[in-house]
Amino acid sequence: MLSVQEASLSFGGIHALSELTFEAKQGEITAIIGPNGAGKTSLFNIISGFYKPQAGRVFFQDQDITHARPDKRAALGIARTFQNIALFRGMTVLENIKLGSHSRLKSGLFDSGIYYGAARREEIALRNELERDVIDFLELDHIRNLHVATLPYGLQKRVELARALALQPKVLLLDEPVAGMNREETEDIARFILDIQERWNTTILLVEHDMSMVMDISDQVIVLNFGKQIASGTPKDVQNNPAVIEAYLGTSAKGAA
Amino acid sequence: MIIGEYKTDYGQDEGIWNTWAKKLGFVVALLLLLLIPFIGNDYQLLMAGQIAIFVIAVVGLNVLVGYTGLMSLGHGAFFALGAYTTVALHQFFPHLFPLITLIISMVVAGFFGFLFGLPSLRVKGLYLAVATLSANFIVLFFIRQDWLEHLTGGRGGIETPNAYFFGTELITNQQKYFLIVPIAIVMFLFAQNLFRSRFGRALIAIRDNDHSAEILGISLFNYKLKSFVISAAYCGAAGTLWAYFFPAILPEDFGLNMSITLLICLVAGGMGRSLGPIFGTILILMVPELLKMGAFYFSEGNASAQIYFSPIRDIVFGLMIIGFLIFEPMGLVSIWDRFWRFINRWPFAK
Repeated sequence: MLSVQEASLSFGGIHALSELTFEAKQGEITAIIGPNGAGKTSLFNIISGFYKPQAGRVFFQDQDITHARPDKRAALGIARTFQNIALFRGMTVLENIKLGSHSRLKSGLFDSGIYYGAARREEIALRNELERDVIDFLELDHIRNLHVATLPYGLQKRVELARALALQPKVLLLDEPVAGMNREETEDIARFILDIQERWNTTILLVEHDMSMVMDISDQVIVLNFGKQIASGTPKDVQNNPAVIEAYLGTSAKGAA
Repeated sequence: MIIGEYKTDYGQDEGIWNTWAKKLGFVVALLLLLLIPFIGNDYQLLMAGQIAIFVIAVVGLNVLVGYTGLMSLGHGAFFALGAYTTVALHQFFPHLFPLITLIISMVVAGFFGFLFGLPSLRVKGLYLAVATLSANFIVLFFIRQDWLEHLTGGRGGIETPNAYFFGTELITNQQKYFLIVPIAIVMFLFAQNLFRSRFGRALIAIRDNDHSAEILGISLFNYKLKSFVISAAYCGAAGTLWAYFFPAILPEDFGLNMSITLLICLVAGGMGRSLGPIFGTILILMVPELLKMGAFYFSEGNASAQIYFSPIRDIVFGLMIIGFLIFEPMGLVSIWDRFWRFINRWPFAK
């Protein structure tokens, strides 16, 4: 479905990613974990197109997208959310979500300007679809006409998820979807992620620090450290992997038993 | 009190006139516009025509500066291109249908908008403002050239043609009013529609967060350039109507001064708001006239006293703009918003 092959990315002397290879399987939740600075977000950036890897390739449905621009990747069906919320702050929740479906819609300059006709039909069809599949699904109906800037953090994160979902993505990249959330909000988001997977069979890539959530919902876990993959497998395998324990907890000092 | 949701489908919710008050307001505005040419004198119609022309240009500038968030100090040049294209066209086809001239001017101005918009792909903010500044000087430089004098009139300016509408020459301000105002209304509504559907939403997204816009599939390259082309084409249309409206044009009419006036109209009215250009243009064009009348009144028609009053007029105008930026930084539209908020809630809350 989505695979990265021997991708390397460095900024000056810092190797953010070195020869990283992995594959996210269709319809599975793949979690990418690792300590801070391990290269998780850099990996997301080469998949979504903000960075171009210096070596290696990115494939999506057997298509080489290593050098495609970010907007082309969106049209292929890759959506993402950001670690720091990147919503359009001046707009309402509904407008933000509508923008998510930009690449699926057709009306151009003249359709939009004349409005009555093609653009209006498209807008109303879109509105019906979004209300059903996104707003209702993510339980955002009570805030759809509020400005995003007035919402609390947890809801803003959920709106960002909604915006990504409006793209009807084949692959959904979630960069720390529950960072800074309390237990209840985390459980809500975890439930939404599982629902998305079940309802649309979406392939989901997840970067997250909340280990209990990662271990609960992912099918496959990939552990990065210093831009290298140090382990991968099912949550259970990874939890017991000595290299992972070392990366997170450090090695025991010699002599100190 | 305008409360309650009476909508039964999403089509109604997506409408521009989604409350009866807005609908009524639009109808009243249209009726007023229809009434003006019959009750106004020649001077008032001159002001009305000038305001309508400026509204077109400022609506265009709003697309770029207000909605797309790209700065421009060069839109006077696109205005000039529209006006001079009209003059040049009429030398070859004296009785060209005004709408055809309008479209050709828009295409010419739009093409130059594309050229001067190219820097926007690299630079933003003040740097882009400086890059677009060059449009004023380059376009006026060519208009002033002697070898183009037969088309543009060169430094000395040129007399402009009148529009022929199905064999009738539009001579009086009243006749011209009926050409200009409908075009202004159509172009205003076009822009208004733009920003409630896919194309315009993409522009606003670029203004608010260009990274997110790109990740959602909005090509920055494509939309930034289109935004430049649209706004330049609007200014080109305004230029054409300007050429039809006034008896003659000079290169100096369209310099940096006009670019800045357009920007001031936009800022005073409210950037990125559909009604902003209308309020702003009325304010910025009317206030000097009102001050002129005020000065005339206070000097009691005394010519030498008027000479002393005229610099004071400029100072008062300048102070007013500064005051506006301090007390209503979001433009006149915010007063309008407050008014409607009050009406909506009355009598339950203020």
